[in-house]
Amino acid sequence: MASQHPLQPGLFSWPSEDPELLGSRCMDCGEHAFPSQDSCRACSSEQTEIVGLGRSGRLWTWTIQSFMPKSPYLTYETAETFHPYGVGYVELPCGLKVESRLRENSPETLAIGLDMDLEIVPVRSDDDGRQLMTFQFHAAVSP
Amino acid sequence: MTDVAIVGLGIHPFGRSPSLTGLEQGALAARAALVDAGTDFKAMQFAFGGSQDGGNADSLVNLLGLTGLQFTNIWNGCATGGSSLNAAYSAIKSGQYDTGLVVGFDKHARGAFNPQPRDWGLDDWYGETGLMLTTQYFAMKIQRYMHDHGISRDTLIRVAEKAFRNGSITPTAWRQTALSRDEIEQAPMVSEPLNKYMFCSPAEGGCALVLCRADKAHQFTSKPVLLKSAVVRSRHYGSFEVFSPSQAPTVAPSPTVTASRAAFEFAGIGPEDVQVAQLQDTEVGAEIMHMAENGFCRHGEQERWLREGMTEIQGKLPVNTDGGCLANGEPVGASGLRQVFEICHQLRGTAGARQVPNAPKVGYTHVYGAPGISGVNILAT
Ligand SMILES: [Zn+2]
Repeated sequence: MASQHPLQPGLFSWPSEDPELLGSRCMDCGEHAFPSQDSCRACSSEQTEIVGLGRSGRLWTWTIQSFMPKSPYLTYETAETFHPYGVGYVELPCGLKVESRLRENSPETLAIGLDMDLEIVPVRSDDDGRQLMTFQFHAAVSP
Repeated sequence: MTDVAIVGLGIHPFGRSPSLTGLEQGALAARAALVDAGTDFKAMQFAFGGSQDGGNADSLVNLLGLTGLQFTNIWNGCATGGSSLNAAYSAIKSGQYDTGLVVGFDKHARGAFNPQPRDWGLDDWYGETGLMLTTQYFAMKIQRYMHDHGISRDTLIRVAEKAFRNGSITPTAWRQTALSRDEIEQAPMVSEPLNKYMFCSPAEGGCALVLCRADKAHQFTSKPVLLKSAVVRSRHYGSFEVFSPSQAPTVAPSPTVTASRAAFEFAGIGPEDVQVAQLQDTEVGAEIMHMAENGFCRHGEQERWLREGMTEIQGKLPVNTDGGCLANGEPVGASGLRQVFEICHQLRGTAGARQVPNAPKVGYTHVYGAPGISGVNILAT
């Protein structure tokens, strides 16, 4: 099996049995950011730390990308193999809303307020044959 | 301090002009505005101009005349026209100049805009995984708004119907054909809940205005329109904006809200005084949300406003009487000035088939664009 690497380092803990999103927290005002940043967009402080943002949240809003985007979109797909995908903001326990692709891609399967879980999925392979991974959310399976 | 008057109006029709460059469309608009003001380019002491894809605005001097005037290029995204107007307003208000030109033009390639993550301070993964689309943002903003404020899909359709109906009686609009409710409802979905006829498209066109000190306005026209305020504001921490990998926990007011409040304060009037308005309608949801963000109604009241036709040309507050961005397309550099062009015609009483009845005296224009910038102008006779 091809080795798997994050498309962008620092967005989520990986490799990991139980991956979670990574962000930053301002040590002065407590506000979070995703992706992590060295300065705080709320109070301009330069004191921030990397923190785990968790792996579950609630769907705050959503849409469906119906057609294949042009560049800079870069995946395995061609216009023929493209499948619409969901896009949403997922509200995490800290209150931050993170934009994400969603596994669900039909209006019947998406609703504001749905419980969502994180998963790590392949985007494409790089020139060395390594599989590049990104994050997305999907509706939580009811217990 | 002197008031600022708009005394010349010029437009080059929006849509597609295959035989003309963007710059040439800007020059045609500028010449039309100068003719309308009964003056010429030599009389202009300054110019502010902007374009996204049509070239440097100050190259217009090659087409209009190398008169040596102060010509400043303005680029501020969707608020380019508003920022040019704001600069002209300040130049005259301060007493530095008496008379000048504001011009905007553009010529975009077909299809959606193609933003690159790096230009917006984002890393490549954001674009590569398919999140860098303004259409998604607009769809997600109205989706949440519909949920929070009880706006129905019917209301979205009504905004599109009105836009194309108004476009059909606007000679300079791109889309000149009214569409039925069914045609709109059944158009292909782009980004749930917004379909093809609910979005505007990049286009071409040019627009220009001649401005002067109000006490000199009658040298140029018998129907000057006063620019009572010209305000541009950017986003706050927590306002829900495009190209944001994350949003703050608490939603803050959009820059539209702060621009609008400041503009009303400068003008010394309130939303209830406005008789005709142009509100940024890059898609139908934007027009709906902007009705409330600009203070014209409460959140959720749009449902009744649209059902009762209150934003129609004959209604209580006509909105986007020329069909707005939906019917005109969006040549970014020219779009904000088109709004002002239309309001000036409405206040002059020269808006033809789309003239708002009972001689409106106060008008309003509003733009909003990425990555969270808004421009508001208040106009009066
Ligand atoms: Zn902070």
